[in-house]
Amino acid sequence: MHDAPAHAVHQHAAPTSFIRKYVFSLDHKVIGKQYYGLALIAVLTGMVLSWLMRLHLGWVNLKIPGLHLLSASGAPGDVMTPEYYLQLMTMHGTIMVFFVLTTAPFAAFGNYFLPIQVGAEDMPFPRFNMMSFWVTFTAFLVLISSFFVGDGPTLAGWTQYAPLSAVGAVAGPGQGMGEVLWASAIAIFCVGQLLGSLNFITTTLDMRTKGMSLWRLPLSAWAWFITSVMGLTAFAVLMPACILLILDHVAGTSFFVASNLVINDQLQPHSGGSTLLWQHLFWFFGHPEVYIAIVPGMGVVSHVLIANMRRPMLSHRVIVYSMGALAVLSYMVYGHHMFVSGMNPFSSLAFSFPTLIITIPSTILVLIWIGSLYGSKLRINTASLFALGFISLFISGGVSGFFLAQPSIDIMLHATYFVVGHFHLVMAVAAIFGIFAGSYFWFPKVTGRMMNETLGKVHFWLTFVGAYCIFMPFHYLGIAGNVRRYQAFVDDYLVGLIPLHRFITVAALITGAVQLIFLYNLIHSGFRGEKAPLNPWQATSLEWSTPSSPPPFDNFGGRHVVVYHDPYQYGIEGATDDYVMQDSPAQIQSVRDEK
Amino acid sequence: MATTVDKPADLEQRGDHLRRASSGNGGGLVPAEGRLPSVEDRSPAASTGIWVGLTAISMTFAALTSALVVRQGASTDWQRFTLPSVLYFDTCILLASSITLELSRRRFACALGGLRTSVAGAASWLYLTFVLGMVFVAGQYVAWLQLRHQGMYLSTNPSGSFFYVITAAHALHVLGGLGGLVLVVFRMSKSTLRRSTLDIASRYWHFMDVLWIYLFLLLWFKM
Repeated sequence: MHDAPAHAVHQHAAPTSFIRKYVFSLDHKVIGKQYYGLALIAVLTGMVLSWLMRLHLGWVNLKIPGLHLLSASGAPGDVMTPEYYLQLMTMHGTIMVFFVLTTAPFAAFGNYFLPIQVGAEDMPFPRFNMMSFWVTFTAFLVLISSFFVGDGPTLAGWTQYAPLSAVGAVAGPGQGMGEVLWASAIAIFCVGQLLGSLNFITTTLDMRTKGMSLWRLPLSAWAWFITSVMGLTAFAVLMPACILLILDHVAGTSFFVASNLVINDQLQPHSGGSTLLWQHLFWFFGHPEVYIAIVPGMGVVSHVLIANMRRPMLSHRVIVYSMGALAVLSYMVYGHHMFVSGMNPFSSLAFSFPTLIITIPSTILVLIWIGSLYGSKLRINTASLFALGFISLFISGGVSGFFLAQPSIDIMLHATYFVVGHFHLVMAVAAIFGIFAGSYFWFPKVTGRMMNETLGKVHFWLTFVGAYCIFMPFHYLGIAGNVRRYQAFVDDYLVGLIPLHRFITVAALITGAVQLIFLYNLIHSGFRGEKAPLNPWQATSLEWSTPSSPPPFDNFGGRHVVVYHDPYQYGIEGATDDYVMQDSPAQIQSVRDEK
Repeated sequence: MATTVDKPADLEQRGDHLRRASSGNGGGLVPAEGRLPSVEDRSPAASTGIWVGLTAISMTFAALTSALVVRQGASTDWQRFTLPSVLYFDTCILLASSITLELSRRRFACALGGLRTSVAGAASWLYLTFVLGMVFVAGQYVAWLQLRHQGMYLSTNPSGSFFYVITAAHALHVLGGLGGLVLVVFRMSKSTLRRSTLDIASRYWHFMDVLWIYLFLLLWFKM
C-alpha cells in the first residue's frame, strides 16, 4: 500500500502522440522545459524593452528605427513619447518579475528536478501541473496582447499603485483596456502558480521515496519547497487584489479610489476608496515575491557549489533554517516599501525592525557560503563561476538594503535609482545568475550533452562585469537625487548625470548582446554538444542516479530507488571515488562521525 | 568513528497517516476483503493536497477580510445596511448539508466495513447534500436580489461592493465543492469510489461551511 501514490501516477504507458508528449504533457520534465522556454521568451522580450528604455534615457528624442511599428501612437516618427516610456517600463518590470524570475528558478527547475530529487516518478497531480503551465502561458499571452490593443499596455509600473491604476482610461494611455488586461493576466498567473505550489508542496511532503527523510533532501529541493509555501500564500493574496482592481474598472466600484479625485479636470465618480489598501495587498504579496525569486537561486547555488567543492556546506541545517526564516520574515517586512506612503510613522518603525532582522538569515547564508568555500579546492567551471557570481551580486545588492531598511534614510533614497540598483542586483541579476548556474549544471542531465565550457566562461565574465557596470552606477545616481521612472532629465541637477546614463545604456546593450552567446551555446550544445556521461560532475543527489540523460518517462526506469545517505557525501575516504551516491547501499564512514 | 550504513529513515508511516485521516468518520473502519475494488488504495498526496488548497483559500479570504476592515476604517462613507434575511435560512441550509454529508460518509464507511449490504443509504444522503448545496447557492442569489431591492448595487457603496465580492467568492467555491460532489456521486454509482475521495470531498465541504459561518459573522458585524 505504501508505494501506491508513487506508482499510481505512471500506471499508464508513456504517451506517444506529439500533442500528449510535447504540448499537453503530464510529464513534470516536459512541463519544466516548457516553463524554461517561456522564461527564455519572456526574458528576451523584457531585455529588448529595457534596451529601448535605456536608449531613450541616454539620448532623449532618439529615433529608434521601426519603433512606430510597435505603437504608432506611442512612438510617432519612431520617437518614444513620455507615456510610452512608462508603458514599456511597466511591461519590462511585469514580464521580468512574473514570467522570468518566478517561472525560471522556481517553476522550471523545480518542476524538472524536485520530483527526481525526492525519488518520485512524477508529481502527485500531473493534470494540475499541466494546467499550471498552460494557465501561466495564457497569462503571458494576455499580458503581451495589451501591446496591440487600444492605446497599449498600462503605464502604472509593475507595482500598479492606485489611484493611477484604478481610475480608468482618463488617467492616460493604457489605463483603460491595457490596465484591465494587466490585472487579468496577473490574476490568471496567480492561478497557475497556486496550482504549481500545490504540487510542489505535496511532492515534497508525500512523494519522497523510501529513506528520503526531510533532512536528506538536497538544498535545492528544500529551496523549492520553501518557495512553494511562499507562493501558495502570496499569490492567494494577489489574486483577490487583482480582482478588486478589475472591478474598480469594469463595475464602477471604489475599492482603491478616494473621494473627490479630479483627474484631467474630470471629477471621478468613485467615492471614499483607500489608495493605501492596494499597497498593503500588493506588498503583502510583493515582498514574499522577492524571496520567491531569490530563494530557489540560493538552493541551486548551494547545490552547485557543494558538488564543485567536493564537500558539504558548513551546516546543511542552518542553510535550511535560514531559508525558512527568510520565508517567514518576508511576510512581516512588506511595509518597508511604504515608508513614505503616508502610513503611520509608528508602523514604519514596526516594519523597519523585522526588515533589519531579515538581514540576519541572509548574512548567515552568505557567511556559510564563504566559510565553506574558504580552503576548498573549488572546481572552476561555468556553473561554479555563476554560483560565485550569485554570491557576489547578492552581497553587493544586499548591503544597500541595510541603508534602505531605515526609514530616516529611506525618505531620501525612496523612488530613486538607488532603490532600482538595490533590487536589480539583489533579486534580479542575482536570481538570473542562479538560473545560469542551474542551467550549466543541469544541462547534461536534461539534454544528455555538455555545454561548451569556453563559451560558458566567456559568457560568465562578460555578464559579470557587465552587470556591475550597469547597476553599480545606479546607486550613485540615486544618491545624487536621480528619481526613478523619469523619462528625461532636464532639471539642472540631473543634466550632469546624463553621461553616466549613456555609459549605463552602452553597458546594457553590450551585456544584453552577450546573452546571445548563452543562447547559441544552449541551442548548439543541445544538438551538437559533446555527449555527456551519466554523472559528469560526480554529484551525489538522485537526479544523477537516473539510468539515462535525459531521464526516462518514469525517471528511474522502473526502479524504486531507496535512499541510504545524506545528500552530500563528498570527500569520503575509502569510496571508489571521493563520493557516495544517495541511493548507494555502500557502507561509508559518516561525515558526522568524523566530526 | 563507527563505520555505519545510514539506515533508510522510517518513512513507512503511511499506515499511521491512514489511521489519522480516518479518525472521526465512524470508528476508522478498515475495508473488508472483497468489497469495492479500489477502496484499499488511499491517496495521502490528495489528502495533503486538500489541506494545501484550503490554506490558499484561507489566505484569499484573509486578504478580502483585511481589505474590508482597512477599507471600512479608512472611509467616511461606509453605508451600513440590513443583511438580507434569506442569509439566515442559507446558513441553516449549509449547516444541514454538512450533517447530511457526514451521515452519507458514515453509511459509506459501514458499507465498506461490511456492516451494511449496499451503498444506497450513503448515496441518498449524498444526493440530499447536493440538493442542499444547490439551494444554498440559489439562496445567495436571492440574497443579492434582496440587496438590490434595498437599492444597494455592486457599485453603490463599498460596503455593498464587499458584500457582493465576498459572497460571490464563497459561492464560487461552494460551486466547486458541488462539482466535487458530482464526481463522488458518479464514482459511487460506478462502485469505484475510494473512501479517501469521499473524505477529501467532505473535508472541503465542511471547510466551506465553517468559512461561511466566519464570513457571515464578519458581514453581520461590519455591514
